[in-house]
Amino acid sequence: MTRREIVDWAAAVADDLEFGAARAWLSEDPGSKAAGYLPVYAPREVIAACGMLPVGVHGGGDRLEIIRGDAFYQSYICHLPRSVVELAESRRLAFLSAMLFPATCDVIRNLSGVWQLLYPQIYVRYLDLPQVADPEAGAAFWREELATLARGLGEVSGHPATDDTLREAIAAGNEARRLVRQLYALRREKPWSVPTEELILLMRAGETVPLEAFVEKMRAYLAVAEAGPARVRDRARVLVVGAFCEQPPLGLIKTIERSGCFIVDDDFLLGNRLLGPDVLLEGDPLEALARAFVLHAKRTSTVYEPDPAGKRAAMKERAAAAGADGIIFASASFCDPALLDRPMLRAGAEAAGIPCIAFQFAENTGQFQQFREQAGTFADSIKLWGGA
Amino acid sequence: MAEEPDKDRSMLLQKEMIGAHYRRLEAAPETGEPVVYTFVPGNLTELIRSFGALPVLPEINALQSAMRGRSMPFIAAAEKAGHSEDVCSYVKCDVGMMKAGNVGPTGTRLPKPDLLLLSYTGCYTFMKWFELLREEYQCPTVFLQVPYQGDGAETPAQRAFMVRQIRESLIPALEKVSGRKYDEDLLRENLARSAASEDDLVAVLQSAKKTPSPIDAYFGAVYYVGPIFSAFRGTEEGRAYYAELRREVEERAARGEGPSTPSGRLDRQKHRLVVEGPPNWTHFREFWRMFADEGAVVVASTYSKVGGTYDFGFRHDPGDPLGSLADYCSGCYTNRSLPSRVAMLESYVKEYGADGFLVHSVKSCNSFSAGQLTILREVERRTGAPGAFIESDLVDARYFSAANLKNRLESYFQMLDARRAGATA
Repeated sequence: MTRREIVDWAAAVADDLEFGAARAWLSEDPGSKAAGYLPVYAPREVIAACGMLPVGVHGGGDRLEIIRGDAFYQSYICHLPRSVVELAESRRLAFLSAMLFPATCDVIRNLSGVWQLLYPQIYVRYLDLPQVADPEAGAAFWREELATLARGLGEVSGHPATDDTLREAIAAGNEARRLVRQLYALRREKPWSVPTEELILLMRAGETVPLEAFVEKMRAYLAVAEAGPARVRDRARVLVVGAFCEQPPLGLIKTIERSGCFIVDDDFLLGNRLLGPDVLLEGDPLEALARAFVLHAKRTSTVYEPDPAGKRAAMKERAAAAGADGIIFASASFCDPALLDRPMLRAGAEAAGIPCIAFQFAENTGQFQQFREQAGTFADSIKLWGGA
Repeated sequence: MAEEPDKDRSMLLQKEMIGAHYRRLEAAPETGEPVVYTFVPGNLTELIRSFGALPVLPEINALQSAMRGRSMPFIAAAEKAGHSEDVCSYVKCDVGMMKAGNVGPTGTRLPKPDLLLLSYTGCYTFMKWFELLREEYQCPTVFLQVPYQGDGAETPAQRAFMVRQIRESLIPALEKVSGRKYDEDLLRENLARSAASEDDLVAVLQSAKKTPSPIDAYFGAVYYVGPIFSAFRGTEEGRAYYAELRREVEERAARGEGPSTPSGRLDRQKHRLVVEGPPNWTHFREFWRMFADEGAVVVASTYSKVGGTYDFGFRHDPGDPLGSLADYCSGCYTNRSLPSRVAMLESYVKEYGADGFLVHSVKSCNSFSAGQLTILREVERRTGAPGAFIESDLVDARYFSAANLKNRLESYFQMLDARRAGATA
């Protein structure tokens, strides 16, 4: 497959607000079921182990006209829930038999209640992620939550998870995460070979297709990206922080990269790589998943930081790991986790001498001129005065 | 009508209690009493007090600052320091107050915390708030995760998780900062006083089922819940306050009188409302007057349950101290699922004979606000009581538009009048 073919496939899947790929999977077996989940992190392995298709629901982006969704949310609440409700009210999510709402913020938490009230026929679960510093207590709690989820989804699908199906799903998840990590590593090393607009399309597509299809396309893309000649360019290397839930429109990502920056690390669709090293395949699989989260999940604004120095150190460490020259704090408007974290993260970055800028977006932002100017000036300043 | 409300005995008593508490806090660096910052929902005051420590509630400081017209410079200072306009104004008010020298709303200086006890109950922002404070104070922080009642009830596993954290994390942290050993007998004594106060508070809140209602269960209830939501649950002063409050309200009910309001005593009550959401604090009295002037009394509210829900039977239990603290945290209003909140509101509308249901949505608080439009429609559907939706903020005066609110409320009350007239025609 050529790069163009892969990217076209990813764009078609990612842009499809009818979730055609997921519906096609369901139509192959009339008894099969799908479970949706919201950002940031949901244990896809548990869904898959119950024989269901995990489907990431990341909003309607800039491709969905909001007709009904605005009637559910006040103007000072972020855009994501209104587009998710719009998707549901327009029956685009009617193929889902379950919806999972991870502990991302109060808006997503309460959206689980909206779902319970609007769609009582759907299995709805709020996923209360472990936040405590004590890994033993946290893992025990999260394992219990995962077991409850597995029981619930097993009843919905008619295929209760077993240790074997869980291990199989964990192994598949490990493989997918390895490929995602590889792709991120390649972008870090040769950002000109992996434009972020392509990477994001692949990641978005991966949220709504069966994992095997995603893995196949990832392998193919990695092969062409590693092999293909690409023009080395000299741009400012930036870390984009804060867009872990509501996703920026693709146009914004393109704008950043076309204004003189290479994005070398980001928070986009963070859930697909939140777990660090491979989840263990030995022992109790739910315990393994629980421990993987508690012990190895990446730091994110949605989880408590037990280390008092953690917030200040976070940006310095990430920028160093990515070889970033600067940081763009790009948060969705009214995003509590990102915006409340920003003063702490930015203070740490500035104390470490890392240049920063900040702006806010919404998933349906359509005008990019101001971002182009801001990011362009930022890139110029890094190139002109960076390392001085 | 009088500009100032008649001061009830309980109000004067509370004022003394709060003033004394702030003075005691100011003196803490000299007296050596440890200071523990924590939040209103899920506050473990009985436990904190059993170690001889003094609680500080940042939300209370923020709202008290706003009621005294002091919140805006604090918010401006926080925004200047990089805090977004989009986030909770309580946080910004608190951060700004801290940066301005931490002089509390009553004019006394607040001591630095010896411990930040982050009871993570029903509000995501709490987590960030104490991460921010930890940056400034560089003091120990201990975390209690209170699982959300997503399925509408606390599960045994959730309860065990909370008890484990209290036993294994919180108590050792409190022992360390106080230098005292955990004394369960002392905790039991505090919890027994809490339960007695809770009985009295519930009697007060449920007196609103009478017609006329002797209380206002939203604006007035802010005063009634003040001690139990803040530093006084489980204390002797708290117990005495609630006994006095109950006596006062029962006397008023026996006389067939309504509550004191900024517009005078509200005996002639035209509208009985249930209100969802916190009040605005920057224009508290002006806001209250918009209701009182129209003869509207609030007979039940959800804000008065944010620091603990007692009117469905829960009491702190000296027989099960840690388990009952866990149950308390879990049951706080914003830790309940939306369907549970709807069920609670439905029961209020029906049991308190309300003829209207009003949502006051505040920009700052997504824990309350996200989903309120769905709640509004669902409560209307279940009860037939007409709903209304108004918006402002907690402590950011920029979002309080008096003309807009007054206009909406007047229209709403006219609609209730018309509906009543139609029903009797």
